[in-house]
Amino acid sequence: MRNALGTRARLERQGYLFVLPFVVAFLALQLYPIIYTFALGLTDFRGMSRNFKFVGLENFVHLVSDAYFWKAFSNTWLIWGISFIPQLGLALLFAVWCSDVRLRLKAQGLFKAIFYLPNLLTAASIAVLYATLFYYPNGPINQALVQAGMRDVAFNFFRDSTFTRLIVAFIQFWMWYGHTLIMISAGIAGIPVALYESAVIDGANARQMFRHVTLPMLKPVMLYILVTSMIGGMQMFDIPYLITNRRGDPDGSILTTAVYLYNHAFTGSNNYAYASAISTGLFLLTSTAAILMYAVMRDRHHPSQLRPGKFGPSAAWLRRNAVHEEGRAR
Amino acid sequence: MISRHRLGLGLSRTAVYAVFTFFAMLAVVPIYLMLINATRSTEAIQQGLSLLPGNQIAHNWKALTNRGFNITRGFFNSAFIALATTAVAVYFSAMTAYGLHVFQFRGKKVLWSVILVVIMVPPQLGLIGFYRMMAQLKLLDSFVPLILPAMASPATVLFIRQYLKSVLSLELVEAARMDGASEFRIFNTIVTPVIAPAMATMAIFSFVGSWNNFITPYILLSDKDKYTLPMLVQLLRTDIYRTEYGGIYLGIAVSIVPILVFYAFMSRHIIAGITIGGVKE
Repeated sequence: MRNALGTRARLERQGYLFVLPFVVAFLALQLYPIIYTFALGLTDFRGMSRNFKFVGLENFVHLVSDAYFWKAFSNTWLIWGISFIPQLGLALLFAVWCSDVRLRLKAQGLFKAIFYLPNLLTAASIAVLYATLFYYPNGPINQALVQAGMRDVAFNFFRDSTFTRLIVAFIQFWMWYGHTLIMISAGIAGIPVALYESAVIDGANARQMFRHVTLPMLKPVMLYILVTSMIGGMQMFDIPYLITNRRGDPDGSILTTAVYLYNHAFTGSNNYAYASAISTGLFLLTSTAAILMYAVMRDRHHPSQLRPGKFGPSAAWLRRNAVHEEGRAR
Repeated sequence: MISRHRLGLGLSRTAVYAVFTFFAMLAVVPIYLMLINATRSTEAIQQGLSLLPGNQIAHNWKALTNRGFNITRGFFNSAFIALATTAVAVYFSAMTAYGLHVFQFRGKKVLWSVILVVIMVPPQLGLIGFYRMMAQLKLLDSFVPLILPAMASPATVLFIRQYLKSVLSLELVEAARMDGASEFRIFNTIVTPVIAPAMATMAIFSFVGSWNNFITPYILLSDKDKYTLPMLVQLLRTDIYRTEYGGIYLGIAVSIVPILVFYAFMSRHIIAGITIGGVKE
């Protein structure tokens, strides 16, 4: 150690070298394309044309009054919502069962591994698989329905808006509830045992403990799941794009925002400018929704704000663990 | 399991097993049907359900591959891209995480905040701009734009940094410095073995993420010889394969079976990875 200051300066430079590749790649290949996309939304750039001009907010004015955009946007919310609510509910229920000491379930790990499996499979392949399984008139589902006598003749699922939406939502549910289950299980495992002990001392029953201890303590992880699932759901593309005719039919029922955006940019007249405006609009709407979710749900039941109450932790326990909890909320 | 709570909500063990079995079937049956039908003739598939495999796999393979699309090639394209993406993502993320963990430098806090925010940003957000940029750089139909962006994988950095915090003692690094080892040498020879488990976990997620990625290669690649597996699988939904069900199922199986095999060996690590990191892929 020749000179402490010199060493520190040298180490600081070394630190930059270590993070440099990340920073360069992030700026050039992720941030710049995002800004470029926003900027293209302010132009009239389409097709092969080399010269395009700045048109201000024209695309956005069009976007706000574009009935198809709003239809696509509400389709996306609807499909995400239909898949998310059972996803969260079931994951919560399963996680509670798994952590229940009275039930003492065996092979939990195996069940969780199976529930999670669909999440790893190629979404594009899953879309083709389900399209083939529900095929009219003689895909396996129709064969099973007719053979079981539940229907006299085969049913054309992909001619029916409601069924098509439900199938897409089901696939999203099917691919994601295992993931949600694992996240919630980890959340439950992280709840301090002392909370349940004090609830038992206060005479709480199972239902009350779930309501007053488990649920509030899981709020942060559930909020995280909600927001990330919403952000991901708003980008839904592979399955609604591939499962029917790539235009979101029947009747535009599974036309999601991402499918609408893709079709503007990469089919027909290649309207990159308008597709960029859609992308920007979707980003603004998604961010607003995410911020609202945080604003509405955050902190009211954050562990550090639990108040000593009937079934909650004792005041002394809260004081003892306050620092610890602060440290854990990343 | 510590005896902590009794949240049975009134259900018996048997009932819970029944529910779990039902949902396990829900995951397994579509995959099982796909595997079975991949070995059955199109005629048999159209006639009715079967839970037993057929012997037409060779015939289906022909039906799948005689329409001008090279599935084997697609398989190796996907494998190459996924392996390269994984190597790039994991190595550079480890470097970044180590840089953030061991060194003090100005802007470090900003960088860390950026990483935490960017995790929430969907990767498709800048897709149009990315496409235009690659067109200008004449990098359409190249694997480079599918691989290089992985150099900045915020979720992987986050995961490896959390791991570094719990396992790497700074004394070890100091001792190596005293011996005169360069910082990169310390990183490559001393640090990477210590964080190998975290790198392996993230490698799994990078690999699967890249293997499954459909939209980015779909937008960037147009040369049929460069097609990835998901791009070939989507062709099964077109008129080219109209009613060749045996071939269609087999094509889907080609993209899914490698993941099934992989998962059979790695499920423990994969599930632990989600649990520890809380990282959404």
